[in-house]
Amino acid sequence: MDQNVERLQVRVWRGNANGGGYRSYEVPAQQSQTVLDVVTWIQQNAEPTLTYRFACRVGMCGSCAMMVNGEPRWTCRTHVKKVLDGRQLEIAPLRNLPVIKDLATDMAAFFDKWTRAEGVFHPTATRADAIAPIVPDDPMRVLANEAIECINCAVCYAACDTVAANPEYLGPAALNRAWTLQNDERDSAYAGRLSAVSSGDGCFNCHSHQSCMTYCPNELNPTASIAGLKRLSAASFFKGGRGR
Amino acid sequence: MDIRHRRDTLRIASLIHRFSGLALALFLPLHFYVLGLALNDAARLDAFLNWTDYPLVKFVEAILVLLLALHLFGGLRLLALEFLPWSPRQKAYAASAAALSFFVSVGFFLSAV
Repeated sequence: MDQNVERLQVRVWRGNANGGGYRSYEVPAQQSQTVLDVVTWIQQNAEPTLTYRFACRVGMCGSCAMMVNGEPRWTCRTHVKKVLDGRQLEIAPLRNLPVIKDLATDMAAFFDKWTRAEGVFHPTATRADAIAPIVPDDPMRVLANEAIECINCAVCYAACDTVAANPEYLGPAALNRAWTLQNDERDSAYAGRLSAVSSGDGCFNCHSHQSCMTYCPNELNPTASIAGLKRLSAASFFKGGRGR
Repeated sequence: MDIRHRRDTLRIASLIHRFSGLALALFLPLHFYVLGLALNDAARLDAFLNWTDYPLVKFVEAILVLLLALHLFGGLRLLALEFLPWSPRQKAYAASAAALSFFVSVGFFLSAV
């Protein structure tokens, strides 16, 4: 390694489901260096067995999220200079998810909750019908549009202390998805989804800490979506179970 | 315990709301006990009220008022968050709740001493 190049002191969590710990590496600092660049450098130059997950490297696929200096980040779009603590960088697998190996977590529970929250579109029309017109400034469409750019990176899920306290809680991403569908006029599963998200592990677990909103890399606001679901649920209760 | 993801203003506001509520819950039994003295033991109640005239006790009372105000205004903030249309001014509301609470508690302390 060139001795004149400034180096980052990087601690990376190595281990598996049975446990592990941090190992230290020295990584040459670069201009416009992302955290994913640092992890890739370590794997290619120092630790070939280091396991991590990524795909697109441009903030589209949502697969490279990790804990960086204790905070959940999408590593491909997080510049090292933005998160560096002195020269120190600490990289760990996402919180609230079981580790498979090193920096790769098992996301199965995260996606299962997506299904449990009825985050699936139930069409009211068939493919033989004409395409339904979408009016962009319709109030419901506006609400849905504000929440639809989720890339399933699980950063919000890792930031959520309610998930940490209750692993069965559906979590911000699944509930945010449910909120977009509750505001989709073409969807037919309003009542069933409202029942699913109002269940014991649903939206009423949320303590409105707003960590999901703070850390969402796409600047979505799952707290607002969950508050919306709480309002829909409360309104349905006072209307005797009737909804949209 | 790693708390580095809990340093945001709104996360701190929720912690203040939670701990002020717990502190008030611990205080309430004592409060009701003293109220009960009015019915059962007027002499002890008078002795207690005389004790509360000490400046240090007044100061502690002001802290209790601060906790009560923080929990009240923080609770109103949460009710607004959950039942009114979403506002992007959440940090401003949290800061306003804190400022109002300090205003109320300082006002109480100045009127009490």
